[in-house]
Amino acid sequence: MAGLTLDLIGMQLFAGVALGAVYVLLAIGLSLIFGMLTVVNFAHGAFYMLGAYVGLWLMAHGGNFWLCLVLVPLVVGGIGLAVERVLIRPLYGRGIDYPLLLTFGLSYIIVELVRITFGKSGFPFDTPELLQGAVDIGVGYFPLYRLFVIGATAVILFGLWLFLERTSFGLIIRAGARDPLIVRVLGVNVAQVWLIVFGMGTAIAAFAGLLAAPLQGVIPEMGGTILAEAFVVTVVGGMGSLLGAVLAGILVGVVVSMTSLFAPEMAKVAIFALMALVLLIRPQGFFGRAGLMS
Amino acid sequence: MLKLQGLNAWYGPSHVLQDISLEVKQGEIVCLIGRNGAGKTTTLKSVMGLLGKTSGSIRFDGQELSNQPAHSRYGLGLAYVPEERRIVPGLSVRDNLKLGLVASPDKHREAELIAHTAQVFPRLAERLDQMAITMSGGEQQMLAIARAMISSPRLIMLDEPSEGIMPVLVDEMFELFTSMKAQGTTILLVEQNVELALAIADHAYVLDQGTIVHHDTGKALLADVEIQERYCSV
Ligand SMILES: Nc1ncnc2c1ncn2[C@@H]1O[C@H](COP(=O)(O)OP(=O)(O)O)[C@@H](O)[C@H]1O
Ligand SMILES: [Mg+2]
Repeated sequence: MAGLTLDLIGMQLFAGVALGAVYVLLAIGLSLIFGMLTVVNFAHGAFYMLGAYVGLWLMAHGGNFWLCLVLVPLVVGGIGLAVERVLIRPLYGRGIDYPLLLTFGLSYIIVELVRITFGKSGFPFDTPELLQGAVDIGVGYFPLYRLFVIGATAVILFGLWLFLERTSFGLIIRAGARDPLIVRVLGVNVAQVWLIVFGMGTAIAAFAGLLAAPLQGVIPEMGGTILAEAFVVTVVGGMGSLLGAVLAGILVGVVVSMTSLFAPEMAKVAIFALMALVLLIRPQGFFGRAGLMS
Repeated sequence: MLKLQGLNAWYGPSHVLQDISLEVKQGEIVCLIGRNGAGKTTTLKSVMGLLGKTSGSIRFDGQELSNQPAHSRYGLGLAYVPEERRIVPGLSVRDNLKLGLVASPDKHREAELIAHTAQVFPRLAERLDQMAITMSGGEQQMLAIARAMISSPRLIMLDEPSEGIMPVLVDEMFELFTSMKAQGTTILLVEQNVELALAIADHAYVLDQGTIVHHDTGKALLADVEIQERYCSV
């Protein structure tokens, strides 16, 4: 423990926030989709992985990273729209387990299709040139790319916040998550809103996958582990709560990062220990509504 | 303006409405009364398109509604204030009002329409930025009515608006209905507060066990104590 300085802890804190940013992006999509559609989306990790692979493919075909940031969410969001429209929509009104099982199966199909197309082994994903290197953040030199991940996440969150708080469509989403019937009676085609929300959620998941690619490379299984962690985040934050997803995402990122400083082998266990602790004290999570699942 | 002919409705296997026919003419207040479980709410829900299975004809301004999805009926000028009010928790009074406009958003007119609504509903004017759920039951009911009225519907259906509300507010509400009528809004009113409702109604229908058992002018029914006792007393 000799090398343990305040600076090191500070650095690790930043690394935790960067890790947390990816959790946050996944968890807000999960939360948005659950809050509106009551769909527990087990394919969310697969869409995250698809984001990385679509990025890889675009880069191999002459695209650059900046173009990917725009195209990847559009392409995967489009796939998400098709999935909701064709596969999930027929299951509404049949209870929470039908879409859960469907998306669970779908995630296996997507992963297998990617294995068939791109191979079972992973690929490295180059950090864009502009974002290589490190910058002095006061407590030490921090990788520039991780700062970018934090910044990009902040931009997405701010954009989403503006969208939800300042637009008519955002108002429909906020109200529809609480009471779909009244927005329907007030003239809103709720099915269309659900479609768009599902598309948005998958687009954000794909964006997260692309952001994560330079940090950890790209493999077909990358969505599986992180999905479990993202579920922990939504449960800790409160199912359906966006603010909860953001705070819990950062918290989980920091907890993982700090635990790996002291006891690396405990890092992943710490996530679930945190969840158990939060659920014991507050079963509905930080900002969840009690009895949402009943 | 609204004409139901041979309307039947089911909840799963149970056949709840049987051959309901009624008419609401332009500019009228028509009242639907009957005891609990008679089928009043189900009638309004059918008109709004919220039931899985119905048969028969629902015409609004000569247009057949039966095959229109619920959300497009609002756009035709048909508004509905459900029994449970359904004020959205987590939203301010203002945002709840805006919900009445989201189906055809127009940022320019929005402020104007909210200001106008605040004039008509002074109780809401003082509370626009308050969380709607913190208001009293009566104020929430006013908000539910205001939200449905903000898009100037041609016909509004109200399901037991006076239920569970302080008497002072009930009087205020019935005055409001009269002035809404004077402004040209047609009203289909479901009420348990039979005397108050019949006093402002042009026509009234009495429902019992899913069928219409009586129909008359509001005045005539108000005088007909026997019918009232037979079908409306609890
Ligand atoms: N969601 C439902 N599922 C099954 N039956 C229902 C449902 N809602 C109402 N009913 C039944 O339909 C009948 C009519 O109910 P309703 O229209 O609510 O009556 P009212 O509004 O006149 O009190 C009642 O017998 C009631 O029990
Ligand atoms: Mg009723």
